[in-house]
Amino acid sequence: MAIEKILKDDASEEKGERARMASFVGAIAITDLVKTTLGPKGMDKILQSTGRGHGVTVTNDGATILKSLHIDNPAAKVLIDISKVQDDEVGDGTTSVVVLAGELLREAEKLVAAKIHPMTIISGYRMAAECARNALLQRVVDNKENAEKFKSDLMKIAMTTLSSKILSQDKEHFAQLAVDAVMRLKGSTNLEAIQIIKKPGGSLMDSFLDEGFILDKKIGLGQPKRIENAKILVANTAMDTDKVKIYGARVRVDSMSKVAEIEGAEKEKMREKVQKIIAHGINCFVNRQLIYNFPEELFADAGVLAIEHADFDGIERLALVTGGEIASTFDNPESVKIGHCKLIEEIMIGEDKLIHFSGVEMGQACTIVLRGASHHVLDEAERSLHDALCVLSQTVNDTRVLLGGGWPEMVMAKEVDELARKTPGKKSHAIEAFSRALVAIPTIIADNAGLDSADLVAQLRAAHHKEGCNAGIDVISGSVGDMAELGISESFKVKQAVLLSATEAAEMILRVDEIITCAPRQREDRM
Amino acid sequence: MALAFDEYGRPFIILKEQDQKTRLRGIEAQKANISAGKAVARILRTSLGPKGMDKILQSPDGDVTITNDGATILEQMDVDNQIAKLMVELSRSQDYEIGDGTTGVVVMAGALLDQAERLLERGIHPIRIAEGYEMASRIAVEHLEHISKKFDFGATNIEPLVQTCMTTLSSKIVNRCKCHLAEISVKAVLSVADLDRKDVNLDMIKVEGKVGGKLEDTELIYGITVDKDMSHPQMPKQIEDAKIAILTCPFEPPKPKTKHKVDIDTVEKFQTLRLQEQKYFDDMVQKCKDAGATLVICQWGFDDEANHLLMHRNLPAVRWVGGVELELIAIATGGRIVPRFQELTPEKLGRAGLVREKSFGTTKDKMLYIEHCANSRAVTIFIRGGNKMMIEETKRSIHDALCVARNLIRNNSIVYGGGSAEISCSIAVEAAADKYPGVEQYAIRAFADALDSVPMALAENSGLQPIETLSEVKSQQIKENNPHYGIDCNDVGTNDMRQQDVFETLIGKQQQILLATQVVKMILKIDDVISPSDY
Repeated sequence: MAIEKILKDDASEEKGERARMASFVGAIAITDLVKTTLGPKGMDKILQSTGRGHGVTVTNDGATILKSLHIDNPAAKVLIDISKVQDDEVGDGTTSVVVLAGELLREAEKLVAAKIHPMTIISGYRMAAECARNALLQRVVDNKENAEKFKSDLMKIAMTTLSSKILSQDKEHFAQLAVDAVMRLKGSTNLEAIQIIKKPGGSLMDSFLDEGFILDKKIGLGQPKRIENAKILVANTAMDTDKVKIYGARVRVDSMSKVAEIEGAEKEKMREKVQKIIAHGINCFVNRQLIYNFPEELFADAGVLAIEHADFDGIERLALVTGGEIASTFDNPESVKIGHCKLIEEIMIGEDKLIHFSGVEMGQACTIVLRGASHHVLDEAERSLHDALCVLSQTVNDTRVLLGGGWPEMVMAKEVDELARKTPGKKSHAIEAFSRALVAIPTIIADNAGLDSADLVAQLRAAHHKEGCNAGIDVISGSVGDMAELGISESFKVKQAVLLSATEAAEMILRVDEIITCAPRQREDRM
Repeated sequence: MALAFDEYGRPFIILKEQDQKTRLRGIEAQKANISAGKAVARILRTSLGPKGMDKILQSPDGDVTITNDGATILEQMDVDNQIAKLMVELSRSQDYEIGDGTTGVVVMAGALLDQAERLLERGIHPIRIAEGYEMASRIAVEHLEHISKKFDFGATNIEPLVQTCMTTLSSKIVNRCKCHLAEISVKAVLSVADLDRKDVNLDMIKVEGKVGGKLEDTELIYGITVDKDMSHPQMPKQIEDAKIAILTCPFEPPKPKTKHKVDIDTVEKFQTLRLQEQKYFDDMVQKCKDAGATLVICQWGFDDEANHLLMHRNLPAVRWVGGVELELIAIATGGRIVPRFQELTPEKLGRAGLVREKSFGTTKDKMLYIEHCANSRAVTIFIRGGNKMMIEETKRSIHDALCVARNLIRNNSIVYGGGSAEISCSIAVEAAADKYPGVEQYAIRAFADALDSVPMALAENSGLQPIETLSEVKSQQIKENNPHYGIDCNDVGTNDMRQQDVFETLIGKQQQILLATQVVKMILKIDDVISPSDY
């Protein structure tokens, strides 16, 4: 008697060893893909989209690479997901987390081949992860009290983060930019307040941080190009035709003259609105929505600078920097808070005219203007800078700092190894494997830099045998160096997130013994 | 396919398009059905117990779910076979009724089918088998009652509840911090439970998840979280002693249901209409203000103008809050949902000690916490975890734990887990079998064997020798007449489940046996399967 088919036609089912194999293979393939981007000498990838125009992205950012891949393997999807979460949560370490999870699985594969049950491996990994985290916790440096030192910590972290990106040539410049920008936020993690404007042309070194605010808009015709001691009203209101919002209202007239009358009334209404706005005693008006010619002309007559169609973020940011409120009704001029700034002027960056607000009251927001040779360079620069800003803003909240350059991995590996020796039972194999996976990260960094990884890592391991050692891989000189002297630092929060989510993901994939794939949904052919 | 012929040798057509349908009859049909049922059970068998494995399920759209929960696996498996669908239903009904033990019930049904197949081969009529099973299940359920224990718990002594929830959670991926999660679940259930009526409305517990952070950061919030932020970026982010107006009417001019038109034909009309409109907005905000509200939560959106007026009058507001959330907020804060501005009165406002906006991660992910509510009978469990699948699986696990806690409040009887209850039932059923005259005796004995399969699967999944372990435990139970011996899955070193603190709910176990028996009876009674053939 034939065994009945249980699943639908195209659905497939993978069991036991085969399922495990499928997930290992998928996860390791993903790891190998992003592995080469790790570290200061990591290489970039070109991504070509399948959409119209086949747009090209050149990047080194793990999350960006993985996000753009179309993957069918379920285990690989788990890895992509952790990378995304890492990006959202701390912003950096997106490659490391995938590589670590992949290495953990690679080690687990060997253990499974040696007939150790996945559950045993998982419990070993858990113990090891806990131990590794404690090892890091013991070695963190916290310079919260000392503002001067903390700032230099931030600087080091920013430089370490940037050194693996396209900005590495000018990393000092950009690190300074990023630190300045983040310090202005005063502890908030709202990166929205930092505006990044990309303008092709010039070189990366020409990028600068502007203390004020730059709005990528033009000033209306016939209006003043330069205003000192500006009083700004930030608004979100319709300045085209003010619709009657009462439902069902419509205009119904029986003669041409009536039409003219109604039109006149409409104009009158708009004029009144403009009068009310001007009555606030302002000389600059920024609106989120369009401003039609008619009100614009009225503003120009009154000598008020009117800027239309600023994007939503721009409005929010402008309100933040100038200390005004976003207004939509104008009946009570005395109670609307109006923003102030010392100077509004039109400036030129490259070929484009921008509006520059300087001397603003609240210094929270700022603008970074990126310059570079091409769009691709600028996009990648923005991503790199974004990573640095994320890490810095997280570090400001959690001020614990570690050294970089493979140092944390070696510290963890040492402790985990120690634990393995103390643990009886099969778990100790898993714990040992965990430490091997940790060591794989400095190995990959060295490999990517074209160094003799076997030799370097062995040296590193020996150096770490001593208590309180600061040795890490100095990729530039190609030897083992003192990370504290070289000023290579990483944020504790990032490392912790890498460790925990990589272990969690590896655990999740290891627990699987069966993959059931449903029949893919049929796409309807649209002819 | 068998055809009937009349006296002239012409075939009778009984079914429409008879020759295009495939048909299985008699013993063939039963065997095919049994093998389909067994195949489903086999898939779930490896997920049973604390060392059970997970499954990856890939949906038609390519989304990945990783889970260990029987009901979820079956639901997403895309099953085609009719009998397999019955098994899916079985697991689902266990999920609805009890919430836990969804894997166990399928494994149990699979074992019963397996035994039935052997009996069929011996030539025992399926109905007799079904009847035997029915009797046996009654014996087993009674026996469970007999060996169950009641325990006391109260608002202060939650330890036994936590222990039971931990048993449920230990088979899930979250077992790393099962203690923490079990405690959260129990506290959540207790805070919404009506202990006098022994009733728990699980709708009052909201389970929210957000990726990022670690599992240990999961917390219980005595209040509600809403995945929304203030409507205007410059509204205050924190409100103490909030008086909340809960509105289901938009801050917009009214839209009467009947069709109407307002014709504007003169300038005066145009202007009056304009003034009215302005007044309308003003009135709405004023009414909220007059009622004394310090926070407005609205189901609908509002216009820019209304938004600014609210901001201007210092009245923070939240827009686009979903209906379910709105209800929960109303319950938690003791407010009333107000459908018209005219009906807004101070008594209808909800009260909360603290309302705050909290942001997560590097993207601008914000959530609104409403805490210290007037009525703390609605709570939120807020889950954090490394990735999306983890959060989803944690949600399912928490749901199981919540259900277990609820069942315990309804009925505080427990049996010991780790397969001990099944083994004990198996012994009781076996002993009772001999008393029944007739063919049913065989079926009852087969039922006892089927009961053994659950502990057997547990032992198998834990890497123990299944037959050896089971026979050892069984003999121990009989020798010492002690129903607390089970399978030592975690290698603790003792078989006594009382010492290991592994509990399960009595109703959960009873329901498992009853449901599994029912489905098996149904499958056994089928002797003809007619299905349209593929074309």
